[in-house]
Amino acid sequence: MEPSENAPPSCCADNIKEKTSTESAPRWRKFLLAGAILISWFVIYKQLLPFSHFFTYSVLDFEKGSHLGGSIQFFVYDTPKVLMLLTLVVYGVGVIRSFFTPERTRKILAEKRESVGNVLAAHLGIVTPFCSCSAVPLFIGFVTAGVPLGVTFSFLIAAPMVNEIALVLLYGLLGWKVAVLYLVTGLLVAIVAGWIIGRLGLENHIEDWVLEIRTNADDVPGDTLSWNDRFMHGWQAVKDIVGKVWIYVVAGIAVGAVIHGYVPEGFMASIMGKDAWWSVPTAVFIGIPMYSNAAGIVPVIHALLEKGAALGTVLAFMMSVIALSLPEMIILRKVLKPRLIGVFIGVVGSGILLVGYLFNLVI
Amino acid sequence: MEIKICGPGCSKCTEAERLVSKTVNETGFQATVTKVEDFAEIAKLGVFSTPAVVIDGQIKCVGKVPTRKEVLEWLK
Repeated sequence: MEPSENAPPSCCADNIKEKTSTESAPRWRKFLLAGAILISWFVIYKQLLPFSHFFTYSVLDFEKGSHLGGSIQFFVYDTPKVLMLLTLVVYGVGVIRSFFTPERTRKILAEKRESVGNVLAAHLGIVTPFCSCSAVPLFIGFVTAGVPLGVTFSFLIAAPMVNEIALVLLYGLLGWKVAVLYLVTGLLVAIVAGWIIGRLGLENHIEDWVLEIRTNADDVPGDTLSWNDRFMHGWQAVKDIVGKVWIYVVAGIAVGAVIHGYVPEGFMASIMGKDAWWSVPTAVFIGIPMYSNAAGIVPVIHALLEKGAALGTVLAFMMSVIALSLPEMIILRKVLKPRLIGVFIGVVGSGILLVGYLFNLVI
Repeated sequence: MEIKICGPGCSKCTEAERLVSKTVNETGFQATVTKVEDFAEIAKLGVFSTPAVVIDGQIKCVGKVPTRKEVLEWLK
Protein backbone atom coordinates (compact mmCIF):
# COMPACT_ATOMS: atom_id res chain seq x y z
CA MET A 1 0.00 0.00 0.00
CA GLU A 2 2.62 2.50 1.03
CA PRO A 3 4.56 2.86 -2.19
CA SER A 4 1.37 3.43 -4.19
CA GLU A 5 0.26 6.06 -1.71
CA ASN A 6 3.52 7.83 -2.09
CA ALA A 7 3.72 7.63 -5.84
CA PRO A 8 0.89 9.99 -6.91
CA PRO A 9 2.15 13.17 -5.20
CA SER A 10 5.51 12.93 -6.90
CA CYS A 11 3.87 12.43 -10.28
CA CYS A 12 1.68 15.47 -9.71
CA ALA A 13 4.72 17.52 -8.86
CA ASP A 14 6.15 16.50 -12.22
CA ASN A 15 2.95 17.60 -13.93
CA ILE A 16 3.17 21.03 -12.42
CA LYS A 17 6.78 21.40 -13.49
CA GLU A 18 5.94 20.39 -17.02
CA LYS A 19 3.15 22.91 -17.24
CA THR A 20 5.22 25.84 -16.06
CA SER A 21 7.96 25.02 -18.55
CA THR A 22 5.54 25.07 -21.52
CA GLU A 23 4.04 28.34 -20.29
CA SER A 24 7.38 30.07 -20.53
CA ALA A 25 7.82 29.17 -24.22
CA PRO A 26 8.79 32.27 -26.23
CA ARG A 27 5.87 34.50 -26.99
CA TRP A 28 6.67 35.23 -30.65
CA ARG A 29 6.50 31.55 -31.46
CA LYS A 30 2.97 31.38 -30.12
CA PHE A 31 1.85 34.39 -32.16
CA LEU A 32 3.47 32.93 -35.26
CA LEU A 33 1.67 29.65 -34.67
CA ALA A 34 -1.65 31.44 -34.11
CA GLY A 35 -1.17 33.41 -37.34
CA ALA A 36 -0.34 30.28 -39.31
CA ILE A 37 -3.40 28.47 -37.96
CA LEU A 38 -5.64 31.43 -38.82
CA ILE A 39 -4.33 31.69 -42.40
CA SER A 40 -4.73 27.97 -43.06
CA TRP A 41 -8.22 28.23 -41.58
CA PHE A 42 -9.19 30.81 -44.21
CA VAL A 43 -7.53 28.92 -47.06
CA ILE A 44 -9.34 25.69 -46.18
CA TYR A 45 -12.64 27.51 -45.61
CA LYS A 46 -12.52 29.01 -49.11
CA GLN A 47 -12.03 25.57 -50.67
CA LEU A 48 -15.07 23.96 -49.04
CA LEU A 49 -17.68 24.80 -51.68
CA PRO A 50 -15.64 23.74 -54.75
CA PHE A 51 -14.55 20.65 -52.86
CA SER A 52 -18.15 19.62 -52.04
CA HIS A 53 -19.09 19.90 -55.74
CA PHE A 54 -15.99 18.03 -56.84
CA PHE A 55 -16.52 15.29 -54.24
CA THR A 56 -20.23 14.79 -54.96
CA TYR A 57 -20.39 15.14 -58.72
CA SER A 58 -16.91 13.94 -59.77
CA VAL A 59 -15.63 11.51 -57.13
CA LEU A 60 -19.01 9.96 -56.25
CA ASP A 61 -20.27 10.67 -59.77
CA PHE A 62 -23.81 11.77 -58.91
CA GLU A 63 -25.84 13.50 -61.56
CA LYS A 64 -26.21 17.25 -61.02
CA GLY A 65 -29.76 18.07 -59.92
CA SER A 66 -30.50 14.60 -58.55
CA HIS A 67 -32.15 14.39 -55.11
CA LEU A 68 -29.49 12.28 -53.44
CA GLY A 69 -26.67 14.25 -55.04
CA GLY A 70 -28.17 17.51 -53.77
CA SER A 71 -28.46 16.11 -50.25
CA ILE A 72 -24.92 14.81 -50.22
CA GLN A 73 -23.41 17.99 -51.62
CA PHE A 74 -25.30 20.02 -48.97
CA PHE A 75 -24.00 17.77 -46.20
CA VAL A 76 -20.41 17.67 -47.45
CA TYR A 77 -20.33 21.46 -47.76
CA ASP A 78 -22.20 22.48 -44.61
CA THR A 79 -20.69 20.13 -42.05
CA PRO A 80 -17.04 21.26 -42.25
CA LYS A 81 -18.09 24.85 -42.88
CA VAL A 82 -20.26 25.10 -39.78
CA LEU A 83 -17.80 23.22 -37.58
CA MET A 84 -14.94 25.47 -38.69
CA LEU A 85 -16.93 28.64 -38.08
CA LEU A 86 -18.04 27.30 -34.73
CA THR A 87 -14.50 26.52 -33.60
CA LEU A 88 -13.21 29.96 -34.55
CA VAL A 89 -16.05 31.88 -32.91
CA VAL A 90 -16.23 29.76 -29.77
CA TYR A 91 -12.50 30.33 -29.33
CA GLY A 92 -12.87 34.09 -29.74
CA VAL A 93 -15.86 34.28 -27.43
CA GLY A 94 -14.00 32.12 -24.89
CA VAL A 95 -11.18 34.64 -24.80
CA ILE A 96 -13.61 37.58 -24.52
CA ARG A 97 -15.52 35.85 -21.73
CA SER A 98 -12.38 35.54 -19.65
CA PHE A 99 -12.79 39.30 -19.03
CA PHE A 100 -16.27 38.87 -17.58
CA THR A 101 -17.44 36.97 -14.53
CA PRO A 102 -20.91 36.75 -13.00
CA GLU A 103 -19.51 38.61 -9.96
CA ARG A 104 -18.32 41.55 -12.03
CA THR A 105 -21.53 41.64 -14.05
CA ARG A 106 -23.55 41.68 -10.84
CA LYS A 107 -21.50 44.58 -9.51
CA ILE A 108 -22.15 46.58 -12.70
CA LEU A 109 -25.88 45.84 -12.68
CA ALA A 110 -26.43 46.46 -8.97
CA GLU A 111 -25.48 50.08 -9.44
CA LYS A 112 -27.73 50.83 -12.40
CA ARG A 113 -31.22 52.30 -12.73
CA GLU A 114 -33.89 50.13 -14.30
CA SER A 115 -34.06 51.18 -17.96
CA VAL A 116 -30.31 51.51 -18.41
CA GLY A 117 -29.93 48.36 -16.36
CA ASN A 118 -32.19 46.36 -18.73
CA VAL A 119 -30.14 47.37 -21.76
CA LEU A 120 -26.85 46.61 -20.04
CA ALA A 121 -28.14 43.33 -18.60
CA ALA A 122 -29.22 42.05 -22.01
CA HIS A 123 -25.79 42.80 -23.47
CA LEU A 124 -23.91 41.37 -20.51
CA GLY A 125 -26.08 38.26 -20.83
CA ILE A 126 -24.26 37.49 -24.08
CA VAL A 127 -20.69 37.78 -22.79
CA THR A 128 -20.95 36.64 -19.17
CA PRO A 129 -20.01 33.00 -18.89
CA PHE A 130 -22.29 30.79 -16.89
CA CYS A 131 -23.40 27.23 -17.22
CA SER A 132 -27.11 26.74 -17.86
CA CYS A 133 -27.67 24.94 -14.57
CA SER A 134 -26.36 28.04 -12.78
CA ALA A 135 -29.48 30.01 -13.73
CA VAL A 136 -31.04 29.60 -10.29
CA PRO A 137 -27.99 30.39 -8.12
CA LEU A 138 -27.34 33.32 -10.44
CA PHE A 139 -30.90 34.56 -10.04
CA ILE A 140 -30.55 34.41 -6.26
CA GLY A 141 -27.15 36.10 -6.35
CA PHE A 142 -28.45 38.96 -8.49
CA VAL A 143 -31.76 39.62 -6.76
CA THR A 144 -30.40 39.39 -3.22
CA ALA A 145 -27.56 41.80 -3.99
CA GLY A 146 -29.96 44.50 -5.12
CA VAL A 147 -30.15 43.98 -8.89
CA PRO A 148 -33.78 44.85 -9.79
CA LEU A 149 -36.00 41.90 -10.74
CA GLY A 150 -36.68 43.16 -14.27
CA VAL A 151 -32.97 43.73 -14.91
CA THR A 152 -32.21 40.21 -13.70
CA PHE A 153 -34.79 38.88 -16.15
CA SER A 154 -33.29 40.83 -19.04
CA PHE A 155 -30.03 39.06 -18.27
CA LEU A 156 -31.60 35.63 -17.95
CA ILE A 157 -33.58 36.00 -21.19
CA ALA A 158 -30.68 37.27 -23.29
CA ALA A 159 -28.15 34.72 -22.08
CA PRO A 160 -29.62 31.64 -23.77
CA MET A 161 -31.41 33.43 -26.62
CA VAL A 162 -28.53 35.38 -28.08
CA ASN A 163 -25.75 32.87 -28.01
CA GLU A 164 -22.65 32.68 -30.10
CA ILE A 165 -23.50 29.28 -31.55
CA ALA A 166 -26.84 30.53 -32.88
CA LEU A 167 -25.19 33.57 -34.40
CA VAL A 168 -22.41 31.58 -36.07
CA LEU A 169 -24.84 29.15 -37.59
CA LEU A 170 -27.20 31.85 -38.80
CA TYR A 171 -24.27 33.71 -40.33
CA GLY A 172 -22.81 30.59 -41.90
CA LEU A 173 -26.04 29.21 -43.32
CA LEU A 174 -28.24 32.24 -43.91
CA GLY A 175 -25.90 35.20 -44.23
CA TRP A 176 -24.94 38.13 -42.04
CA LYS A 177 -28.23 40.02 -42.43
CA VAL A 178 -30.26 37.29 -40.76
CA ALA A 179 -27.60 36.95 -38.05
CA VAL A 180 -27.71 40.69 -37.28
CA LEU A 181 -31.52 40.68 -37.31
CA TYR A 182 -31.49 37.84 -34.84
CA LEU A 183 -28.97 39.57 -32.59
CA VAL A 184 -30.87 42.87 -32.55
CA THR A 185 -34.35 41.42 -32.06
CA GLY A 186 -33.10 38.94 -29.47
CA LEU A 187 -31.63 41.80 -27.46
CA LEU A 188 -34.80 43.86 -27.89
CA VAL A 189 -37.05 41.06 -26.64
CA ALA A 190 -34.78 40.59 -23.60
CA ILE A 191 -34.66 44.32 -22.83
CA VAL A 192 -38.39 45.00 -23.27
CA ALA A 193 -39.60 41.80 -21.60
CA GLY A 194 -37.33 42.43 -18.61
CA TRP A 195 -38.48 46.02 -18.40
CA ILE A 196 -42.16 45.00 -18.46
CA ILE A 197 -41.61 42.35 -15.78
CA GLY A 198 -39.89 45.02 -13.67
CA ARG A 199 -42.81 47.45 -14.14
CA LEU A 200 -45.33 44.84 -13.03
CA GLY A 201 -43.86 44.83 -9.51
CA LEU A 202 -43.84 41.09 -8.98
CA GLU A 203 -41.12 41.02 -6.32
CA ASN A 204 -43.49 39.31 -3.88
CA HIS A 205 -43.81 36.39 -6.28
CA ILE A 206 -40.26 35.32 -5.62
CA GLU A 207 -40.15 32.46 -3.14
CA ASP A 208 -39.88 33.83 0.42
CA TRP A 209 -36.70 31.99 1.40
CA VAL A 210 -34.84 33.72 -1.43
CA LEU A 211 -35.79 37.17 -0.17
CA GLU A 212 -34.43 36.37 3.28
CA ILE A 213 -30.92 35.87 1.91
CA ARG A 214 -28.67 38.91 1.77
CA THR A 215 -25.62 38.97 -0.42
CA ASN A 216 -23.20 41.71 -1.23
CA ALA A 217 -22.45 42.87 -4.75
CA ASP A 218 -19.08 44.18 -3.64
CA ASP A 219 -17.63 40.69 -3.26
CA VAL A 220 -15.71 40.67 -6.52
CA PRO A 221 -12.68 38.45 -6.74
CA GLY A 222 -9.64 40.09 -8.32
CA ASP A 223 -8.70 39.36 -11.91
CA THR A 224 -5.30 37.76 -12.07
CA LEU A 225 -5.49 36.17 -15.53
CA SER A 226 -2.57 36.59 -17.89
CA TRP A 227 -3.00 36.65 -21.68
CA ASN A 228 -1.76 33.12 -21.72
CA ASP A 229 -4.57 32.15 -19.34
CA ARG A 230 -7.10 33.89 -21.57
CA PHE A 231 -5.92 32.02 -24.66
CA MET A 232 -6.12 28.79 -22.69
CA HIS A 233 -9.62 29.83 -21.67
CA GLY A 234 -10.59 30.11 -25.35
CA TRP A 235 -9.12 26.71 -26.12
CA GLN A 236 -10.94 25.20 -23.15
CA ALA A 237 -14.21 26.66 -24.47
CA VAL A 238 -13.59 25.02 -27.85
CA LYS A 239 -12.97 21.65 -26.20
CA ASP A 240 -16.06 22.00 -23.98
CA ILE A 241 -18.54 23.41 -26.46
CA VAL A 242 -17.48 22.07 -29.85
CA GLY A 243 -16.73 18.71 -28.24
CA LYS A 244 -20.29 18.62 -26.95
CA VAL A 245 -22.36 20.11 -29.77
CA TRP A 246 -20.68 18.75 -32.90
CA ILE A 247 -22.94 15.73 -32.92
CA TYR A 248 -26.06 17.96 -32.84
CA VAL A 249 -24.63 20.06 -35.64
CA VAL A 250 -24.00 17.00 -37.81
CA ALA A 251 -27.45 15.56 -37.01
CA GLY A 252 -29.10 18.91 -37.74
CA ILE A 253 -27.25 19.25 -41.04
CA ALA A 254 -28.22 15.70 -41.98
CA VAL A 255 -31.91 16.53 -41.44
CA GLY A 256 -31.38 19.76 -43.36
CA ALA A 257 -29.70 17.83 -46.17
CA VAL A 258 -32.66 15.49 -46.54
CA ILE A 259 -35.09 18.42 -46.67
CA HIS A 260 -32.78 20.18 -49.12
CA GLY A 261 -32.67 17.24 -51.49
CA TYR A 262 -36.16 15.77 -51.29
CA VAL A 263 -38.76 18.32 -50.16
CA PRO A 264 -40.13 20.11 -53.22
CA GLU A 265 -39.47 23.82 -53.73
CA GLY A 266 -42.15 25.99 -52.12
CA PHE A 267 -43.62 23.10 -50.13
CA MET A 268 -43.25 24.95 -46.84
CA ALA A 269 -44.84 28.12 -48.21
CA SER A 270 -48.33 26.77 -47.64
CA ILE A 271 -47.85 25.83 -43.98
CA MET A 272 -45.06 28.12 -42.82
CA GLY A 273 -45.40 30.91 -45.35
CA LYS A 274 -46.30 34.57 -44.87
CA ASP A 275 -49.91 34.15 -45.82
CA ALA A 276 -50.72 31.66 -43.12
CA TRP A 277 -51.43 34.05 -40.19
CA TRP A 278 -51.66 31.23 -37.71
CA SER A 279 -48.22 29.90 -38.50
CA VAL A 280 -46.35 32.28 -36.14
CA PRO A 281 -48.38 31.50 -33.00
CA THR A 282 -48.29 27.79 -33.85
CA ALA A 283 -44.52 27.90 -34.26
CA VAL A 284 -44.08 29.68 -30.91
CA PHE A 285 -46.54 27.39 -29.18
CA ILE A 286 -44.74 24.27 -30.42
CA GLY A 287 -41.35 25.81 -29.70
CA ILE A 288 -41.81 26.78 -26.04
CA PRO A 289 -41.85 23.33 -24.42
CA MET A 290 -39.25 22.04 -26.88
CA TYR A 291 -35.65 22.20 -25.95
CA SER A 292 -32.80 21.96 -28.36
CA ASN A 293 -29.60 23.88 -28.44
CA ALA A 294 -29.04 26.29 -31.26
CA ALA A 295 -26.55 23.93 -32.85
CA GLY A 296 -29.23 21.41 -33.72
CA ILE A 297 -32.00 23.74 -34.71
CA VAL A 298 -30.35 26.15 -37.16
CA PRO A 299 -29.49 23.67 -39.93
CA VAL A 300 -33.12 22.51 -39.91
CA ILE A 301 -34.30 26.09 -40.10
CA HIS A 302 -31.97 26.74 -42.99
CA ALA A 303 -33.58 23.97 -44.98
CA LEU A 304 -37.12 25.06 -44.07
CA LEU A 305 -36.39 28.58 -45.31
CA GLU A 306 -35.03 27.24 -48.57
CA LYS A 307 -38.34 25.55 -49.22
CA GLY A 308 -40.42 28.66 -48.78
CA ALA A 309 -41.05 29.00 -45.05
CA ALA A 310 -41.27 32.66 -44.00
CA LEU A 311 -38.30 34.15 -42.13
CA GLY A 312 -40.39 35.60 -39.29
CA THR A 313 -42.14 32.31 -38.59
CA VAL A 314 -38.87 30.42 -38.58
CA LEU A 315 -37.03 32.92 -36.36
CA ALA A 316 -39.94 32.93 -33.90
CA PHE A 317 -39.79 29.16 -33.78
CA MET A 318 -36.06 29.19 -33.14
CA MET A 319 -36.28 31.86 -30.43
CA SER A 320 -38.98 30.03 -28.54
CA VAL A 321 -37.07 26.76 -28.73
CA ILE A 322 -33.82 28.10 -27.33
CA ALA A 323 -35.04 30.89 -25.02
CA LEU A 324 -37.95 29.16 -23.28
CA SER A 325 -37.96 25.53 -22.34
CA LEU A 326 -39.80 23.20 -20.01
CA PRO A 327 -36.72 22.00 -18.06
CA GLU A 328 -35.73 25.61 -17.40
CA MET A 329 -39.21 26.44 -16.06
CA ILE A 330 -39.08 23.47 -13.72
CA ILE A 331 -35.75 24.65 -12.30
CA LEU A 332 -36.94 28.26 -12.00
CA ARG A 333 -40.00 27.07 -10.08
CA LYS A 334 -37.65 26.55 -7.11
CA VAL A 335 -37.20 30.29 -6.76
CA LEU A 336 -40.27 31.74 -8.49
CA LYS A 337 -43.92 31.35 -7.64
CA PRO A 338 -46.11 29.98 -10.47
CA ARG A 339 -47.61 33.35 -11.31
CA LEU A 340 -44.22 34.93 -11.98
CA ILE A 341 -43.26 31.99 -14.19
CA GLY A 342 -46.53 32.45 -16.05
CA VAL A 343 -45.81 36.15 -16.56
CA PHE A 344 -42.27 35.32 -17.70
CA ILE A 345 -43.47 32.86 -20.35
CA GLY A 346 -46.30 35.17 -21.39
CA VAL A 347 -44.18 38.28 -21.81
CA VAL A 348 -41.28 36.60 -23.57
CA GLY A 349 -43.64 34.53 -25.74
CA SER A 350 -45.54 37.65 -26.83
CA GLY A 351 -42.28 39.39 -27.64
CA ILE A 352 -41.22 36.50 -29.86
CA LEU A 353 -44.65 36.48 -31.49
CA LEU A 354 -44.30 40.17 -32.33
CA VAL A 355 -40.85 39.59 -33.82
CA GLY A 356 -42.27 36.81 -36.00
CA TYR A 357 -45.14 38.93 -37.34
CA LEU A 358 -42.89 41.94 -37.82
CA PHE A 359 -40.43 40.04 -40.00
CA ASN A 360 -43.18 38.45 -42.03
CA LEU A 361 -44.63 41.91 -42.65
CA VAL A 362 -41.39 43.68 -43.47
CA ILE A 363 -39.51 41.09 -45.49
CA MET B 1 -10.45 20.51 6.44
CA GLU B 2 -13.95 20.59 5.04
CA ILE B 3 -14.40 20.86 1.30
CA LYS B 4 -17.79 21.61 -0.21
CA ILE B 5 -18.53 21.33 -3.90
CA CYS B 6 -21.56 23.42 -4.87
CA GLY B 7 -23.54 22.43 -7.92
CA PRO B 8 -27.08 21.37 -8.73
CA GLY B 9 -25.85 18.38 -10.69
CA CYS B 10 -24.88 19.21 -14.24
CA SER B 11 -21.93 17.54 -15.89
CA LYS B 12 -19.48 20.29 -14.91
CA CYS B 13 -20.44 20.05 -11.24
CA THR B 14 -19.98 16.28 -11.28
CA GLU B 15 -16.61 16.74 -12.94
CA ALA B 16 -15.54 19.23 -10.25
CA GLU B 17 -16.51 16.83 -7.48
CA ARG B 18 -14.77 13.93 -9.14
CA LEU B 19 -11.55 15.89 -9.60
CA VAL B 20 -11.43 17.23 -6.04
CA SER B 21 -12.25 13.84 -4.48
CA LYS B 22 -9.66 12.13 -6.62
CA THR B 23 -6.98 14.66 -5.78
CA VAL B 24 -7.75 14.48 -2.06
CA ASN B 25 -7.61 10.69 -2.13
CA GLU B 26 -4.37 10.59 -4.07
CA THR B 27 -2.56 12.97 -1.80
CA GLY B 28 -3.89 11.20 1.28
CA PHE B 29 -4.98 14.55 2.66
CA GLN B 30 -7.29 14.64 5.68
CA ALA B 31 -10.39 16.30 4.31
CA THR B 32 -14.05 15.57 3.88
CA VAL B 33 -15.54 16.28 0.48
CA THR B 34 -19.28 16.89 0.34
CA LYS B 35 -21.50 17.91 -2.54
CA VAL B 36 -24.03 20.68 -1.94
CA GLU B 37 -26.96 20.46 -4.31
CA ASP B 38 -29.63 22.49 -2.57
CA PHE B 39 -30.01 25.98 -4.01
CA ALA B 40 -30.73 27.55 -0.63
CA GLU B 41 -27.59 25.99 0.85
CA ILE B 42 -25.51 27.09 -2.11
CA ALA B 43 -26.79 30.65 -1.80
CA LYS B 44 -26.07 30.70 1.94
CA LEU B 45 -22.44 29.84 1.23
CA GLY B 46 -22.31 33.01 -0.86
CA VAL B 47 -21.92 31.19 -4.15
CA PHE B 48 -23.97 32.14 -7.17
CA SER B 49 -22.27 30.59 -10.09
CA THR B 50 -21.62 26.89 -10.15
CA PRO B 51 -19.64 24.69 -9.97
CA ALA B 52 -17.90 26.20 -6.97
CA VAL B 53 -15.44 24.93 -4.39
CA VAL B 54 -15.70 26.15 -0.79
CA ILE B 55 -12.99 25.12 1.68
CA ASP B 56 -13.64 25.74 5.40
CA GLY B 57 -16.16 28.42 4.53
CA GLN B 58 -13.83 30.20 2.13
CA ILE B 59 -14.80 30.38 -1.55
CA LYS B 60 -11.88 29.10 -3.61
CA CYS B 61 -13.28 28.90 -7.10
CA VAL B 62 -16.59 29.74 -8.79
CA GLY B 63 -18.15 29.15 -12.18
CA LYS B 64 -15.64 26.62 -13.44
CA VAL B 65 -14.12 23.24 -12.88
CA PRO B 66 -10.83 23.86 -11.07
CA THR B 67 -7.62 22.50 -12.49
CA ARG B 68 -5.74 19.78 -10.68
CA LYS B 69 -2.94 22.24 -10.03
CA GLU B 70 -5.33 24.64 -8.27
CA VAL B 71 -6.75 21.89 -6.10
CA LEU B 72 -3.25 20.87 -5.03
CA GLU B 73 -2.46 24.43 -4.06
CA TRP B 74 -5.57 24.71 -1.88
CA LEU B 75 -4.66 21.50 -0.13
CA LYS B 76 -1.25 22.80 0.92
